[in-house]
Amino acid sequence: MAFLNDTLLSFRREIGPTMRSWYYILFGVIQPLLYLALFVPLLGAMPIGAQGSPLQWFVPGMVVMLVLFTTVSCGWSLTEELMSGSFERFLATPMSRPAMLVGRALKELAPLLVQAILLIVVAVPFGLTLHPLTMLVGLALLLVFCIGVAALSYALAIASKEDGSLFYLVSHSVALPLMLLGGVLLPMEIAPDWLYLASRFNPLAYLVEAERALFAGELFAMPVLYGLVTAAAVAVVGLWIGALTVRKASL
Amino acid sequence: MIHARNLVRTFKTKTGPVEAVRGLDLDVREGELIAFLGPNGAGKSTSVRMLVTLLPPTSGSANVGGHDIVADPAGVRRAIGYVGQKTASGAYHRVREELVNQGRAQRMTGEAAKKRADELLGMLELESLANRDCASLSGGQKRRLDVALGLMHTPRILFLDEPSTGLDPHSRANLWEHILRIRRETGMTIFLTTHYLDEADTMAERVMIMDNGRMIADDTPEKLKADLAGDTIRLILSSDAQAEAAQTAAATLPDAREITREGSAMRVTLSHGEAMLPRLITMLKERGVEVAGANVTRPTLDDVFLGLTGRSLRETALAA
Repeated sequence: MAFLNDTLLSFRREIGPTMRSWYYILFGVIQPLLYLALFVPLLGAMPIGAQGSPLQWFVPGMVVMLVLFTTVSCGWSLTEELMSGSFERFLATPMSRPAMLVGRALKELAPLLVQAILLIVVAVPFGLTLHPLTMLVGLALLLVFCIGVAALSYALAIASKEDGSLFYLVSHSVALPLMLLGGVLLPMEIAPDWLYLASRFNPLAYLVEAERALFAGELFAMPVLYGLVTAAAVAVVGLWIGALTVRKASL
Repeated sequence: MIHARNLVRTFKTKTGPVEAVRGLDLDVREGELIAFLGPNGAGKSTSVRMLVTLLPPTSGSANVGGHDIVADPAGVRRAIGYVGQKTASGAYHRVREELVNQGRAQRMTGEAAKKRADELLGMLELESLANRDCASLSGGQKRRLDVALGLMHTPRILFLDEPSTGLDPHSRANLWEHILRIRRETGMTIFLTTHYLDEADTMAERVMIMDNGRMIADDTPEKLKADLAGDTIRLILSSDAQAEAAQTAAATLPDAREITREGSAMRVTLSHGEAMLPRLITMLKERGVEVAGANVTRPTLDDVFLGLTGRSLRETALAA
C-alpha cells in the first residue's frame, strides 16, 4: 500500500512541471508524426509481412524504438536532483525507495505511451489494422519492460553522478547494440546465423517479437509468453539493482 | 533524544581508507539546541548523515528519537526533519507543491499537508512565493523553504546541516530569527552543524567541537570559553618598567596564565577577567603603579578551538 501511495506521489510530483510546459506537449505530439511522415512512406516498398500492410510489422518496432530510446537516457533527469539536495531530501523521509524510482519512471513513460498511441492511431489511415485489445496489452508489456530499463538508467545515473559524460557514454554504448540486435527496425530472420544467435541473448528481441504478435492481434502465442517473462524479468532485475543503488545515492 | 556510541565511518578512497568519523559518542536531551562546530572536513556532516540514516555507519550504534539508525531507519526518518547542506526543493516545482509533496512523503494526509504547508508559508514569510517555481527564489528564500520542508511533519528533532552557509548577513539573521522563534514555540530539539563561530556561540546552549573525526569538547559556550580559553586583561601603563611591575603583580592572581608585555602594555589571560581587573588595579596602586588604561576581552569559540588544537578555526576554514 505504501509502495503504491509513494509511487503515485513520486509520479505526481514529477509530472507536474511537464504538464505545465506547453512546448513539451507540443513536441510530444509532433515527434510521432515525424516518424510517420519521414519513415512510413519508405515502408510500403518493403518486402516484409506476407499478409496485410507492412505497417503491421513496422509500427510495433517503431513504438518500441520511440519509447525505449527515451527511457534509456531518463536517468539523466535525475542527475540535477542528485547534485542538488532534493533527491536526498526524499531519501531522508520514510518513502519507499523502489517507489521513488517507479514513480519517476512512470512519469517519463506516460507521455511516451501517449505518443505511441498517437502513432498507432495516425498509422491507421495508412493501412494499419487496429487490434485495440492486444495492442493495449502490448503497450502494457512495453511499460513493464521499460520500468526495468528506467530503473537501470537511474542506477547508472547514480553510479556516474560525478561525471555526466560517462552516463551518456555507457547508456548509449549499451542501448545502441541492444536496439540493433533486437530487430527493432529490421527482422532478425534475415540476419546471418551468428547475428541471429546473438539476438537470442538479447531480452529486447523477445519483447519486440511479442509486440509484433500482439499488434497482429495474436494474444495466446508463444512469442507473447516469452515477451511477458522477459519483461517481468527485466522489471524485477532493474528495480532490484535500482533500489540497491539508491542506497548509495546519499554517499 | 539523540544518543550515539562509538560511531565510526570509514570511506574508501584511491589513496586508501579515510576515517571521517572515529568513534563518536554523544547525547542530546529533548529540547536542547546543540551546535556541532568544527572546520571543514572535521566529520560534522558525515556524523549528521549517519544520524539521519543517509549514510550507514561502518561500526558503532546510534538511537535518534527512540529509533535505532540501523535497525529502524524508517522510524528515525519519521521522527526527524532534515535540512541538508544543499537546496532541497526541486528547481521546476512550485513552492507550495513541494511542501505538500514533502508532507505526503512523511505520511501526512493530503488535507493535513495542505493545511500545514499554508501554515509554514506564513511562518517563514513565503506566502507571496507559494506558486512560484523554486528555481526563481533568492538564496535566502530557498533556505527558508528548505527549513519549511524539514518542518512539514512537525518533527520532534530538526537537523540543520550548515543552514546559513553562503547567505548574506541579512538573510542569515532573518533565517535565525525564524528558527529561534519556531523553536520557542515548539520546544523542538535542534541539532545544528556550522563553521560559523558566532552562530554556535550565540544560538546554541551546548557546543560540541569536532576535529579530525573526533569530538574534542562538549559543553556550554560559556563554560568552554572559561575553562579552555579564559578572559584577557590588557593594561596600559606609563613606562616599560611599570609594565614589568604589573606583570609581576598579575602573576600572583589566581589562575593567571600567559602573561606578556609589549612596551608599556601588558596582557594576562585568566578566568573571571571582569572580577579580576579591579583587584589587579588596586594591587598595582598599592605598589605605586598607576594604570593609564585597561580593558577585558572575552574569549571567542575560536580561542577555545585554538587552545584545544593549536590551530585557529578561522584559518582552517580559509585554508579549506
